[in-house]
Amino acid sequence: MTLIDLANPTRFLSLTAKVLPWLAGATAVLLIVGLYQSAMAPDDYQQGATVKIMFIHVPNAWLAMFVWGIMSVAALGTLVWRHPLADVAAKAAAPIGAAFTFLALVTGSLWGRPMWGTYWEWDARLTSVLILFLMYLGLMALWRAVEDPSRAARAAAILTLVGAINLPIIKFSVDWWNTLHQPASVMRMGGSSLDRAFLVPLLVMAIAFSLLFITLHLAAMRNEILRRRIRTLQMMQAGRPTV
Amino acid sequence: MTALTALIRRDLHVALRVGGGALIGVLFFLTVVVLMPFAVGPDLALLKRLGPAILWLGALLASLLTLDRLFTADHDDGSLDLIVMSRTPLELACAAKALAHWLAAGVPLIVATPVLGLLLNLDGAATLAVALTLLAGTPALTLTGMIGAALAVTMHRGGLLLAVLVLPLSIPVLIFGVAASNAAISGADAFGAPFSILCALSLASLVIGPVAAAASLRHGLD
Repeated sequence: MTLIDLANPTRFLSLTAKVLPWLAGATAVLLIVGLYQSAMAPDDYQQGATVKIMFIHVPNAWLAMFVWGIMSVAALGTLVWRHPLADVAAKAAAPIGAAFTFLALVTGSLWGRPMWGTYWEWDARLTSVLILFLMYLGLMALWRAVEDPSRAARAAAILTLVGAINLPIIKFSVDWWNTLHQPASVMRMGGSSLDRAFLVPLLVMAIAFSLLFITLHLAAMRNEILRRRIRTLQMMQAGRPTV
Repeated sequence: MTALTALIRRDLHVALRVGGGALIGVLFFLTVVVLMPFAVGPDLALLKRLGPAILWLGALLASLLTLDRLFTADHDDGSLDLIVMSRTPLELACAAKALAHWLAAGVPLIVATPVLGLLLNLDGAATLAVALTLLAGTPALTLTGMIGAALAVTMHRGGLLLAVLVLPLSIPVLIFGVAASNAAISGADAFGAPFSILCALSLASLVIGPVAAAASLRHGLD
């Protein structure tokens, strides 16, 4: 089973139909376990119960960037390998990535209100995530600007790759500009600075959210394939000479 | 080489003669700067502090306004198809078009900066610093904007889509442009670091811009 075998949409549909219930089930189980562990995690000595927002916030922020990475790979698939499902994957991922980015911003600002005393601060991390959100929206606008999906796909692929080059630049430029957000604490040199009581639920939640993304993404790809089939059928119907 | 020179000369002629509208950008720049005192109040001390930011924002919006013309007119009269089909590499043709566009629409903005600096109560050294950073930064704006212009022309609808695509990409240029200007004016921070990064951004977009624009023209036009 390679990526090329999945190029046939019918085979993709039948495979995902088998896989999706299991993925959805695993996601639900992990989310329940993760949320239970998060709720049972001790309060932080400084932050109190608000530390639990982190269990939602951090996986969302990770996925916000991860989804752009997935879309960049899909963009390469569209432009270089001409994989037939690459543009379906890219198109389906954009709204999901935008949603994760939005949730990361909202949960972050809900945490910021009691901790920093403000919902919004023009801090480097916050600003670069906000720009990431704007770029997701711009990409979605580009997808919606053209009727023909394959032409929209190539334009969106180029914008995705330009964004992939630009996002690190934006990140470093705003880092330099203004900063307040804490630096990375889970993955860093010399091991995590988090206590196990916080680290375990966080990792469970991260896996749960990643599975949630894969589930939603595969489901959205199925919908997109079906939508394109309906579009083709409608166009064939419209092109048929009337009696 | 002769083809590229001819392309630059032609684009300059088209932009500067009647109906070209390259100088509309300068007029827009002037209008934006004149609008600012109405919004923030005619407080000269405040305007002096905001001056570099206002000038940079005005230049950014003015260059965005004229970007639409980079490919649209050529697409409408069919010469863009000739450029795409010609034996000259499309990447070089895009770079030549960007150079012509920058000469016609970007340089006038820099030339206008001293006059506008006067309106914002900036002294000579500050105005010079802003003009210098604009000189280093506007090529990056044109070259990254060209990607958006190429995408928009293949979509047959420029305007708002172009702005939505291009503005997020221009944030680093804005940050370092204003940072370098302010560093030169206040003298508190080093001028060299942000200015070098600004030049680096221009050079990097000189590589990325033409390649991405050419790719999107090649894939997008039918």
